[in-house]
Amino acid sequence: MPQTTETLPGQPILSAPVAEGSSDQTMVINMGPQHPSTHGVLRLVLEIDGEIVIRLYPEIGYLHTGIEKTCEAKFYQQVVPMTDRIDYLSPMHNNLCYCLAVEKLLELPIPEKAQWMRVLLSELTRLNSHLVWLGTHAMDIGALTVFLYTFREREDILRIFEHVAGQRMMTSYFRIGGLSMEAPLDFFDRVRKFIKTFPEKIDEYSNLLTGNPIFTGRLQNVGHLSAADAIALGVTGPPLRASGVDFDLRRDMPYSGYEKFQFDVPVSQRCDVWGRYLVRLEEMRQSVRIINQALDGMPEGPIKADAPKIVLPDREKMKTQMESLIHHFKIVTEGFTVPAGEVYQGIESSRGQMGYYVVSDGTPKPYRVHMRNPSFASLQALETMCKGRLLADVVAVIGSIDVVLGEIDR
Amino acid sequence: MSGSATLADKESVLREMPSHPAVAAITAVLPEALADAKWDRSEMTLTIAPEHIVRAGQIVQQAGYNFLEDVTAVDWFPSEPRFQVSYHIVSHKLKERIRLRVLLEEEMPVVDTITGVWPSADYYEREVFDLFGIRFGGHPNMRRIMMPDDWEGHPLRKDYPVEGYR
Repeated sequence: MPQTTETLPGQPILSAPVAEGSSDQTMVINMGPQHPSTHGVLRLVLEIDGEIVIRLYPEIGYLHTGIEKTCEAKFYQQVVPMTDRIDYLSPMHNNLCYCLAVEKLLELPIPEKAQWMRVLLSELTRLNSHLVWLGTHAMDIGALTVFLYTFREREDILRIFEHVAGQRMMTSYFRIGGLSMEAPLDFFDRVRKFIKTFPEKIDEYSNLLTGNPIFTGRLQNVGHLSAADAIALGVTGPPLRASGVDFDLRRDMPYSGYEKFQFDVPVSQRCDVWGRYLVRLEEMRQSVRIINQALDGMPEGPIKADAPKIVLPDREKMKTQMESLIHHFKIVTEGFTVPAGEVYQGIESSRGQMGYYVVSDGTPKPYRVHMRNPSFASLQALETMCKGRLLADVVAVIGSIDVVLGEIDR
Repeated sequence: MSGSATLADKESVLREMPSHPAVAAITAVLPEALADAKWDRSEMTLTIAPEHIVRAGQIVQQAGYNFLEDVTAVDWFPSEPRFQVSYHIVSHKLKERIRLRVLLEEEMPVVDTITGVWPSADYYEREVFDLFGIRFGGHPNMRRIMMPDDWEGHPLRKDYPVEGYR
């Protein structure tokens, strides 16, 4: 095998595209970019010996749209809608991470109610994302029914998002300095109604899958990833915790008031696809706990920071008060300046550690915005997990790391 | 730890926070690697001399910063040194993050790869190479990752226009 250096845990086995180093004994095949189980436009170049995967090389970049470059030409507040479009399954996490980063640059304190709303909606986003993961993962394995069930609940969550933000998927609800608007009057009742029945729904999915011998047979002892490999290859989130590493940014480096919530971080020592399934299922239950606490303890107060030069005024004020009109005009036409500096804000998104690195040069436009997206790093571990295993297991492993290609390519 | 106050240069960081795990480890083993330091908005930024980045990575890794979270770059065109490569490293044990950074001149945007310390740097360094044209010496697979292989130019450089033709 060419260019192999097995000196470190998690050292990438393959350092050159497959076709350049393949031998006569083996066959090189393409999987994707249109293969349905690759969840987007991921192209895998596989070298196989019969049914056994010998090498695997992910080709990415098909969805590259240059969002990081576009951000540099926008005002700070205009970047928020771009962040939605990075990961279409967890827009609120991207909104949150960007807003927290800019607020850190501005050193702007956020009112408590806005923080709690952000936690509430972040956890709903996690449920939304995990539901899509569960449905598509089970569908890849061949259990089609679960998909219909999870999308039923996902629809409820998207309706809640539409209710609160006016948009189902590209919410842009979190803004620099707080939220875009007050939640509608019956918002909390709707969330409460949804979250009351949701634990039963998780049991329903679990009943369909956990004891299913076909499902367990396809998932157990497949896609082994040791803790050392996971850390070396940059894997975060549920796959990391399923490898026995107990680390969750929500608990260990809290942001946006997560330190006020009680929840457990599920960890599995199984190191396989099955472990990742169990961890995500338990994470959904923990999200329900957090949402319930957020609903019960939701503080009263403003939802926007008291910073008229940064936060847009309420519509009512803008129409009636001269000063608010001036602030509104100034923010919209020339943006607001942010003190020079660089910050990195990390949050725990549905897929793992998300991070926004924002560099300011003191002008109203960000000098540099970089997104650290969990799928991008987790994809590096794909070969380690698939090597020496059956070709059919590749599908299960891709599902288990829950890749979103929009996030990888940006 | 000195709260949220800003410590703008190396002297003040060494004076106020000599016991910070990463600062202590680097000054103990390889003091000449530390070119500058900054404590700003509760984030520690250590500027490392480019030739020492691999060694500095090993030192902070041994000091407990075990997880490489991110590698990216900033183009400070037209000022010199033009490129800054930023490495964000998290400690699972200390529950803390540091930033190492390296400043590179425009003529020779080359720095050694840290894939030997953290294999996960592979994709990140390829991304930086693709979008900024910074080369990582010793990288196992230094080729474009986002853009097509035959693409000309490096899109995230500041002299590359956002819209219109090049």
